[in-house]
Amino acid sequence: MTATVESAPYTVEEVCEQFDPVMGLEVHVELNTATKMFCGCANAFGAEPNTHVCPVCLGLPGALPRVNGTAVESAVKIGLALNCHVRERSGFARKNYFYPDMPKNFQISQYEDPIVFDGYLDVPLDDGTTWRVEIERAHMEEDTGKSLHIGGATGRIHGADYSLLDYNRSGVPLIEIVTKPIVGAGVRAPEVARAYVTALRDVLRGLGVSDVRMDQGSMRCDANVSLKPKGTEEFGTRTETKNVNSLRSVERAVRYEMGRHAGVLLSGGTIRQETRHFDEQSGTTSPGRPKETFADYRFFPEPDLPPLEPSRDWVETLRAGLPERPWERRARIQTEWGLSDEELRDLVNADALDLVADTVDAGAPPEAARSWWVSYLAQQANTAGVTLPELAITPAQVARVVALVAEGTLTNKLARQVVDGVLAGEGEPDDVVAGRGLAVVSDESALTAAVDEALAAQPDIAEKIRAGKTKAAGAIVGAVMKATRGQADAARVQELVLERCR
Amino acid sequence: MSDITRDDVAHLARLARLAVSDEELDVFSSQIDAIVDTVSRVGEIPDDVPPTAQVVPQTNVLRRDVREPSLSNAAALSGAPAAEEGRFRVPRILGEGA
Amino acid sequence: MSDTRDTQRSGAGPVDSDLVSLDAGELARRIHAGEVSSVEVTRAHLERIEAVDGGIHAFLHLDAEGALAAAEAADRAIADGGPVSPLAGVPVAVKDNLTTTDMPTTCGSRILSGWRPPYDATVVKRLRAAGLVPLGKTNLDEFAMGSSTENSAFGPTRNPWDTTRIPGGSGGGSSASVAAGESPLALGSDTGGSIRQPGAVTGTVGVKPTYGTVSRYGLVAFSSSLDQVGPCARSVLDAALLHEVVGGHDPCDQTSVDAPLPPVVEAALAGARGDLAGVRVGVVAEFSGEGYQPGVLAAFTDAVRTLGELGAEVVEVSCPAFSYALPAYYLIAPSEASSNLARFDAMRYGLRVGDDGEHAADEVMSLTREAGFGAEVKRRIMIGTHALSAGSYDALYGKAQKARTLIVRDFTAAFETCDVLVSPTTPTTAFPLGERTDDPLAMYLADLCTIPSNLAGNAALSVPCGLSADDGLPVGLQVMAPALADDRAYRVAAAYEVARGAGDHPRIPELRALETSR
Repeated sequence: MTATVESAPYTVEEVCEQFDPVMGLEVHVELNTATKMFCGCANAFGAEPNTHVCPVCLGLPGALPRVNGTAVESAVKIGLALNCHVRERSGFARKNYFYPDMPKNFQISQYEDPIVFDGYLDVPLDDGTTWRVEIERAHMEEDTGKSLHIGGATGRIHGADYSLLDYNRSGVPLIEIVTKPIVGAGVRAPEVARAYVTALRDVLRGLGVSDVRMDQGSMRCDANVSLKPKGTEEFGTRTETKNVNSLRSVERAVRYEMGRHAGVLLSGGTIRQETRHFDEQSGTTSPGRPKETFADYRFFPEPDLPPLEPSRDWVETLRAGLPERPWERRARIQTEWGLSDEELRDLVNADALDLVADTVDAGAPPEAARSWWVSYLAQQANTAGVTLPELAITPAQVARVVALVAEGTLTNKLARQVVDGVLAGEGEPDDVVAGRGLAVVSDESALTAAVDEALAAQPDIAEKIRAGKTKAAGAIVGAVMKATRGQADAARVQELVLERCR
Repeated sequence: MSDITRDDVAHLARLARLAVSDEELDVFSSQIDAIVDTVSRVGEIPDDVPPTAQVVPQTNVLRRDVREPSLSNAAALSGAPAAEEGRFRVPRILGEGA
Repeated sequence: MSDTRDTQRSGAGPVDSDLVSLDAGELARRIHAGEVSSVEVTRAHLERIEAVDGGIHAFLHLDAEGALAAAEAADRAIADGGPVSPLAGVPVAVKDNLTTTDMPTTCGSRILSGWRPPYDATVVKRLRAAGLVPLGKTNLDEFAMGSSTENSAFGPTRNPWDTTRIPGGSGGGSSASVAAGESPLALGSDTGGSIRQPGAVTGTVGVKPTYGTVSRYGLVAFSSSLDQVGPCARSVLDAALLHEVVGGHDPCDQTSVDAPLPPVVEAALAGARGDLAGVRVGVVAEFSGEGYQPGVLAAFTDAVRTLGELGAEVVEVSCPAFSYALPAYYLIAPSEASSNLARFDAMRYGLRVGDDGEHAADEVMSLTREAGFGAEVKRRIMIGTHALSAGSYDALYGKAQKARTLIVRDFTAAFETCDVLVSPTTPTTAFPLGERTDDPLAMYLADLCTIPSNLAGNAALSVPCGLSADDGLPVGLQVMAPALADDRAYRVAAAYEVARGAGDHPRIPELRALETSR
């Protein structure tokens, strides 16, 4: 199916001459728990179809849900990080609608009493100011299975002959985070939308509760947009744009919808309340299939699950354990390490900040840690075609290599060989040093013997050195380095040669 | 009576995915009307009475986030009316849910 | 009552001295003492089923081979001399809405015809672990919705006391199998009376334990906040023995109460000593009068008098909110059912109708559900869908939840002055097959007295209290106890059972009219 490309005839600036945009952002985040929301099946991406399924997540008759405690903890942590209240008594509810990828034909969600509510996130904007986005609620629910549409021209849902269902994703824990209407952003609305989703992603990553991979669907954004004529109070009709799969797309989708709404409204039309799909290629949105009737989900309390009453002590323990906000941490790190804005940006862009920070935490000086990750390791990652975090070396291992150099066991050249060994799966840095025999020969008597041996082998050169031609020492140093297979400290060898010829 | 019409029942049947026949609609609409009329008596109860949704005394019943065995693919598909490539085969799906 | 003995085959005749007439506790004693083997006991019951079930139709599925294998295993375990559970080797029938890996689970519905679950219900696992011998799966109203077992897609079950009459429902198959001597024990499920009401009309014991004390994992849900699995037996002690096998906390059911099971066996044994001194028994005033069969009320009055003679202090209590129980039940149960039964959609298991390459998934769902569900199920799904809809939620489902609060409060107040409450289990004895099938509201009245305990979640049981003078059919005495005090109901019922004695009728009916109904 080709999307109907509608032009968005108005720029954001033109739109905001006559209208105020109102946004609402709904973000779904898949938690990275070991198991699903309501059963012990693995919460894992990419397995063979229907192998991470059981009576519960297949919705078999008689099966009952069992709440994952870690998912509840993650939901509370997210709420606290978003400055939300934690509800004293909350519970699950059933959202009833028929769809083949939902095995029970209802979704266990939360309705009137989400676990956390009424918070905010102060979002950093590009110009260094912050924008406060108010959070309406965050609640727990379960993901659906996945369908594969077979036959038809395009393999997509329309025109398919039949579909194949895989329920591995069915029951994966989701947190839906809903903002209150974002009003007053004006021309900055698209930027605020992107900045909010970016900040939210960073917060969630900092909490370690989700992979937050928009490209893999572990973080998904729906953007609600409406326009109200300047000076009026009542919100206009909104559209909900789905399939917004990158941070950049969030900004583009909001910008496009603002322009489209203005175009419709200014030509005397009315906006239909509908779901629209964002097309990454064209940067436009197109209407989804209109729903026949007003969706009546017939929510009612989930009778199979008792209520949740998070204790105050537990909540305070979680609050005390919250990590620093990512942007605050970045500012602190920049000061502590004495980085320029550009150096910091490079680290962030290379996904290296956490790696460097962890390397520093493991004992390495910031400069050495940063140098390894942004130069040699970045090259290796680039060559291997992987991202820095995917590289098969840990910050602790890098810190150990740095320490071995600092104590003189390794030269920088040897250190790179040790790193190569770690990357090749030869074990810890110390294992590689031992296995490859890479340690600097620092035994003075052994070195002295090697020097004497070299001098004896080339008496003419020895004579020149004794005569004061110190440059000739290079040949002896070279011979010693060769004899020690490069594992001697060349500067020290030079000193010894001169000493012995004095 | 409770004002449940034949059209209302037809709407309920659609919502509930029941392809009821016209004859059934006639019978069901009078029966459902009578039943709803009878059960509507709960309307007499004052609004300020709190609701009871379930009668379990406990709260915070949580499972540890530890993996448990899943079904084999064969067991998962054992009751399937149709299956293909390890997946449940179903008729073509139109549009979104609800 | 004419003597029809000469028209009966041997297996359907008097069974006073046969193995199939013995209590489960006595069977267990003989098996464990080596006087008889589990295989012999199992075979006797299979023969009894063979002889009489054609006329009763208590079973939807029989697993003779599996039962004999389980019996052999039990015999071996006993011969090995290791510790075995108190009911090891004793046969049991299982209601067909409990999942079993070795037998189909149909819930009496075409939509699940032939479905073999890949997992056992927790209670079934516990039966197996305790060495009981599952004989087969028993008939029920489709998805446990009904009071007569006439809503089974596979034909009704007949009452062993009069095969022209209903055995109650929804668990008519389980109670009838016990009443007819086909099984000494059975498991049922009780959402609005589906264990107690069949128990009453078949002259057997049926117990709805406190909500949350017996696992629902593997019980195909009808109304999740009301459903409770419980035992069916011919004696109070047998029911208690089975109750202790299946009951207790189950992490697979998060509504399961993490507390020790009330000591029901101990209570049944204590009760059988016949002393109820100091026990305060409340007669619920609302459960009498119009709509109650005189013979039922007379039997009930006799039973209350007996309780007084045993030393109980009998008082009358009023529970005015119980008048909302029936309407609240017929809103809450259908609402939850409309959601619970949504999963039967032809996609992953069960029946599929109309998959011809033309119909889309949504249409196949509708065609399958239309063909696969019976009328009562469809009615309740639509009523529940209506009650939860945005426009009627507050007036219907919401108010029903408030009614539930009032009923809980009435129980709480009554249990402040009484240890147990009593009532007739049902307003009438077994009614003739077909009498109420076209009148759902009349059918619903059969559960008038049993529903309040489902709404409040407290324990309740039905114990036989003789035959009604007006039609010679069994009457049940309902004993209700506070939540987690199931033992009180057992104690009172056991004392009453002993005091009443054998009565002037056989323990197992002689299956008159069996031949004519075939």
